[in-house]
Order: sequence, then structure tokens, then C-alpha cells
Amino acid sequence: MSILKHHAKIETNVVLLMVGILLTVIIGGIVEIVPLFTITETIEKVEGMRPYSPLEQEGRNIYVREGCYVCHSQMIRPFRDEVERYGHYSLAAESMYDHPFQWGSKRIGPDLARVGGKYSNDWHTRHLTNPRDVVPESIMPTYRHLHHPLNYDDITANMETLRVVGVPYTEDDIANAKEDLVAQATTDASTDAFLQRYPKANLGKKDKTTDQITEMDALVAYLQVLGTLVDFSTQKPDSIR
Amino acid sequence: MATNAEKDPISGQYTTGHEWDGIKELNTPLPKWWVTVFYITIIWSIGYWVLYPSWPTLSGYWAGTLGWHSRTQVVTDIEQAKSAKAVYLSKIQDSSLEDIVKDKDLLNFALAGGRSVFNENCAACHGVGGGGAYGFPNLTDDQWLWGGTLDDIRTTITYGIRNTNPNSRQSEMPQWGGGDPLSDDELSNLAEYVLSLSKKSTDQAAAQKGLPIFAERCSPCHGEAGEGSQAVGAPALATGIWLYKGKDLKAQKAEIMSQVKNPKGGMMPSWTDRGIDEATIKILAVYVHSLGGGK
Repeated sequence: MSILKHHAKIETNVVLLMVGILLTVIIGGIVEIVPLFTITETIEKVEGMRPYSPLEQEGRNIYVREGCYVCHSQMIRPFRDEVERYGHYSLAAESMYDHPFQWGSKRIGPDLARVGGKYSNDWHTRHLTNPRDVVPESIMPTYRHLHHPLNYDDITANMETLRVVGVPYTEDDIANAKEDLVAQATTDASTDAFLQRYPKANLGKKDKTTDQITEMDALVAYLQVLGTLVDFSTQKPDSIR
Repeated sequence: MATNAEKDPISGQYTTGHEWDGIKELNTPLPKWWVTVFYITIIWSIGYWVLYPSWPTLSGYWAGTLGWHSRTQVVTDIEQAKSAKAVYLSKIQDSSLEDIVKDKDLLNFALAGGRSVFNENCAACHGVGGGGAYGFPNLTDDQWLWGGTLDDIRTTITYGIRNTNPNSRQSEMPQWGGGDPLSDDELSNLAEYVLSLSKKSTDQAAAQKGLPIFAERCSPCHGEAGEGSQAVGAPALATGIWLYKGKDLKAQKAEIMSQVKNPKGGMMPSWTDRGIDEATIKILAVYVHSLGGGK
């Protein structure tokens, strides 16, 4: 116990105290941060994950812009009640192309990590236009303004930026960004090459109020892909631990 | 270091040695019980580190001697919940829908379970309680697009409507504004006739002009008197129940005209494809059947 009595020396000497704090923070930092760079198993190896298509990425930008994350999380935690309600618990791999991720810590609305395919495109556009039209008890705000035309001039730059932070867009993906965006958002375009690049993408015009590509089209395309990319029939709990 | 620490005669503790305007500060140590609990929590945490996943290492993490993992825990939890319900679920799996409805115990289980599955998966479109919405059928009335028996309902839930499942219910109303278009007048007369089927028409003369068009183009699916056909999913037009409901008669006529010109067809997912098992679909069918419209 005698050694503990010396703490008064540290407490009354500013220089000693600062050195002590610095050492403690450095050790804590090293223990917490260094493994993040050396552990390779944090992100599970799963099949099916791909970067977002240009239209989905635009939709994601709108999702972030509108602050959807304030009420909706995108992370199903490994608890029975969540798995039974929302589906398979979320994997780290499923948000590895998210910059920034949308895990969230507040659920005023339901979790959206696996909302893709749960409702029809028509349901989504009507729900976003006025949630009360389809869910009378809903407290979600209306998003009528999403019927505005989508400005996608910056999609190429957006994808190049994402590539810098590690999203594996190829030269091909970036060169075809605008064509891909139009191909996904319209009904008549040829989509073979697009689907080669972005399998499982939700095709076709969602916003039926206009022929222009709207922000609604982008957001619904994004919502419809959430949680649909990994095939869980081939994943076992042991292989993704 | 304070050098003027002195023993306080009243409390028997030392002071810190500081003095402000004659006021001195006692340096009372922490209570013994508090310090003891503090050290116990530290010792406890060491046990925790050893037993459970804790420290990161350079190539992984210390997994703990118990081998506990949240992702295996959730699988165990789900298995446990399943086996707790197994008595009922296996009975439901093995019984026909008619027998489930007859057995009071099973019926109660199905209605309670069906309600929570319905509210999570179906209520977004069909509404809590099954009241429906514009374009989403009401499940509590007597009109059914694809049949309202227990078996019909189960089939619809299992395979869905107009989706990519090969067994899904398929029907497509022809676009009468397309290849062989109707003129605006003809369209209006036809809509008037459709309204007259439920005795809502206000212009009998126009309705009479719409009759031959209806007989030629519509009655093969919707029936001569607009009674509809569940075999092809053609809605009944004579009941005054509208899937695409207008707020008044004028709006209803516009809805009918728009549906003839550019038909909408709602889609419903296949719930087996969305991972709901057979027994759960059965209890869901029983619940939907109980909402008021079951045949």
C-alpha cells in the first residue's frame, strides 16, 4: 500500500501529471487501434457483396442528406427478437462499402438493414410521398420534394472519391457511371451490361409522376438493395464468426 | 506537497494543509467498504477477461475460455424459442387448416401468433387489422380477388401475386388504351356502365352506350354482370367495393377510366421466398381468414 501513497506526488506536479496522462492514453490507443489494422477477420468473407450502383449511391446520398439515420438504424443486432423481426443479423461485410456507415443508434422508425424487397416500388414511392396513405398510424414526415429531378452530374466524381477510400470501383464502372445510372432508372434501356456490373439491382422507373429521373427513383433503388446482396442460405454461423 | 497538514482534534482526521481565511480542509480517506468494493470489481474484471472475449491481439482477439459468442448465442436462443413453441407448431404443421380452426387450443395459438406476424409483414400494405388502402385489398370484407377460403388465402400468402415466383398468382388486365384504343367518349360511356353495375350511374343513356363495349371487352374476365372471376383474379365490379377507390363518384369514374386506359396491377411478395416457414404461413392464413371476410 505504501506505493499508493506516492500518488500525491503526481497529483501535485503538473508536468508529472501530464506525462502520466500521455502515457496512459498512448497505451490505451495502441491496444485499441493497432489491432484494427492487423486483424483481417473483422470483415467476414461473404459472397455477393458489391459496391452500390451509381443510382443506388445517389439514393444513399439522399438518404444521408435527408437524415433518415436520425430515425432509422441499419444494423440488426444478434438478438432473437431482432433476428425474428428483421431477418439475419447484420454482418460487418454488409456495410464495408458504406462511407459513412448508417448503423445508427436510434430507432424511431424500424431498422432498414434488410428492407430491400420487403415492399414494392409502388409502396415505397407512395409511402415516401405521404406515409399516412399506406400506414395511417405513421409519424414519419412526408418527402414529397423527392419528386424533383435528380442532379447526377457529380456521380463520376463521387465514385472516384469513394475509390480513394477503398470502394473497389473499376475504371469500367466509373467510365459507364452515367449510362448505368440512366439504364437502372428507366424502363426501356438495355441493362445486360449494367446487371453484369451490379447484379441484383432493382430495375425500372419507380416514380411514375414524371418521365425524368427523380430523387425518388434513386432513393427507392437504394432502399430496395439494402440487405439483399449476401445469400444467407450458404452462410453458416461458424464461417462468419 | 502540502506541509501544514495537521491532525484535526474533533474528527481525528488529517487536514490537507490548505487554509483559506481560517477555513481548513479535511483529507478524509474514502470509506473502507467503498475501497473494498472497488478492488473487488477489478478482480472480477480479470475473471471476466479470462472467461469471455476481451482483449484484441495482433492477429485476432482473446476468445475467452467459455467460448461464448454473441452470434452463436443468438442461434441457441432461436432454437430454444422454437423448441418452446414446438408442441404447437408441429401440431399446426401436421393439421389441415380446417382442423386448426376447429381445435380451440390451436386456433388461439394461431390467432395470437398470426397477429404478430401479420403486423410485422402484412400491415404495411393491408393495414393493421387488414383494412387495406388505395391499391391494397381490404381483407375484412367479403370480396376476394383470388378467393377467401383458408386454402386460397394460404396459396396467395405462400406464392404471392405478380412476382417472380413461378407459382405466383398472375393476371394482367389488357391495356385498352394501347393497340385498339377506345375514344374518350367510349371510355366515359364504359365507365358509366361499370358504375351502373353497382347502381351508381347517374347517366343511364351513357351507360347503355357502354354496355356493348363491356360485353365485348370486359365480360370475358369480369363476367356479364360484373361478378368477377377469382380463377383469373378479375375483380367483381358490381359490389361497389373498389381497389382503386376515388373519394366521390366523379373521382371513382376517373379511376375506372384510368384503370381501363393504363391498368395498374399490384404485386405481393411470395412469403416462402421471403423466408417464412410453412407452419407460420398456416397460422397467418388462419388469422387473415378470421379478420371478417373468410369464406
